[in-house]
Amino acid sequence: MRFRWLGDAALTLDFPEPGLAPALAAAIDTLIAVGKLPGALECLAALRSVTLYFDPLASDPDSWRGTLSELAAHATRAPVRGRHWRIPVCCDSEFAPDLMTLAARRGMDADAFLAPLLATTVTVRMIGFLPGFAYMGAVPRRCQAPRLATPRTRVAAGSVAIAGPLCAIYPCTSPGGWNLIGRTPLALFDARRDEQPCLLAPGDQVAWQRVDRAEFDRLAATS
Amino acid sequence: MTASLEVLTPGHGVGVQDGGRTGKRRWGVPPSGALDLWLLAAANSLLGNPATAAALEIPLTGPVLAAVRAPLAVALAGNVTALHCRRDGSQVLVPAWRAIELAPGDRFEVAMPRDGIAYLGVSGGIQTETLLGSRATTPTAGLGRPLAAGDLLPCGPVGALRQSLPWQHDEGPIRLLPGPQDDHFTKASRALLALDYFSLSSDCNRMGLRLQGAKLSHSAKGAEIVTEGVTPGAIQVPADGQPIILLNDAQTSGGYAKIACAISADLPRLAHLRPGQQILFRWVDRPAALEALRGLHRRFEDWRGRRLSGFIDDAALYQHNLISGVTSGEEL
Repeated sequence: MRFRWLGDAALTLDFPEPGLAPALAAAIDTLIAVGKLPGALECLAALRSVTLYFDPLASDPDSWRGTLSELAAHATRAPVRGRHWRIPVCCDSEFAPDLMTLAARRGMDADAFLAPLLATTVTVRMIGFLPGFAYMGAVPRRCQAPRLATPRTRVAAGSVAIAGPLCAIYPCTSPGGWNLIGRTPLALFDARRDEQPCLLAPGDQVAWQRVDRAEFDRLAATS
Repeated sequence: MTASLEVLTPGHGVGVQDGGRTGKRRWGVPPSGALDLWLLAAANSLLGNPATAAALEIPLTGPVLAAVRAPLAVALAGNVTALHCRRDGSQVLVPAWRAIELAPGDRFEVAMPRDGIAYLGVSGGIQTETLLGSRATTPTAGLGRPLAAGDLLPCGPVGALRQSLPWQHDEGPIRLLPGPQDDHFTKASRALLALDYFSLSSDCNRMGLRLQGAKLSHSAKGAEIVTEGVTPGAIQVPADGQPIILLNDAQTSGGYAKIACAISADLPRLAHLRPGQQILFRWVDRPAALEALRGLHRRFEDWRGRRLSGFIDDAALYQHNLISGVTSGEEL
């Protein structure tokens, strides 16, 4: 495991195996909570690393090396036990501006392109970019597409998007460069839920449930 | 009735800020909060508030506000002035570093800061609703929205009314610690970063500062990395070789190689740079970064200790070149 400084108030722990980060982050959270890492503030699990943030004047991160290495060595390879979700997605052209281009590039119609994509259960790898934005994978190879050359200045909240091997749902309206293939009426992030504002967490499994526009509107009105 | 400030004109980019949202990165929530916590603390200290009580952060055109319902106090910190328009029609120019009381019906017109950003503290701190433990406005993350005409900002009753000498940050190059991806850059571009001037592009906001200058070339490892945690002060360099310094509202994670990180002691200074301004960097090591941060704490405590209260030392204020034309200082 590598230990890299990120300025004077954070450090990043790397490991080659993907999938370990959420378990290690949870273990570090426990150490912080019981006061075993004085001055540590929080940690963030990414795809292959965990970044630990601390108060530089109240901590001695060099003294944490042993504890953290041991933690990483013992962290189980088994992924964090996540929840299972079935997320409704409407792929009407209004919600899926990139769908026709992606399908046409493969000589398919929209439904043929969507079938393998929506039949694949994906795993939440990390939360980042925006509050509640879940990076999920893996998208089947034949559906993978690079990011847009020019990002959109405005992507609507709920947009379901793909980029490379990953897919995601935009939790709020924001700029974005991923390919938009549908929209969900579900709220992915609610700042009023102080204890757990994100719907999804690393390790969760997400299956897609295609819905038509009428069902989308009905769900949007009730959620 | 709760004393409040009513927003008549919101100004440009003005928002409520406080100590921010530490501990929420796991949810993709950026730290947010005041870009210059020291200047926020200075504004609050003039009113007897806790250091991170919520205040207005004013980057460009200032807001026009009206006191409503009950008396309240305000204080400006930064290189800025305001016009206090009383109900009887009289007007007084109010300098920074002096808390004053506003009566219901009084108007307070904040000018554009002459340089950098400024803070307007209010008695008791702004009492707007908290979201995830903070009142910080972070529209880019879907948390809150910029100030708008008609908004009511609830305040506390008038407490302390203090004045002080101005608080100022040190000057000199922004100090950097190398990495974490120094190996993604050529040796020449790492040297260049601390040799050349970079200037701020027009694309600067609370998420980050885009710089323009010498192209920083990547090594064979390239510009992209596996997405990982970032922090305010981290300097990302995308493929075009033009650095971006991340600030408080930046995304929590990023996939561009980071050539360096600004030290914590110099982070608040980044907030005061404006488009077109030049910036110079200097490499330091970890012990120097920590010593600079300790020094900043010491200097701020010194400033707080020397704070004047109960009398006006206009000579000192003039000496610091803060007042350009107070016409009726006696009325203050």
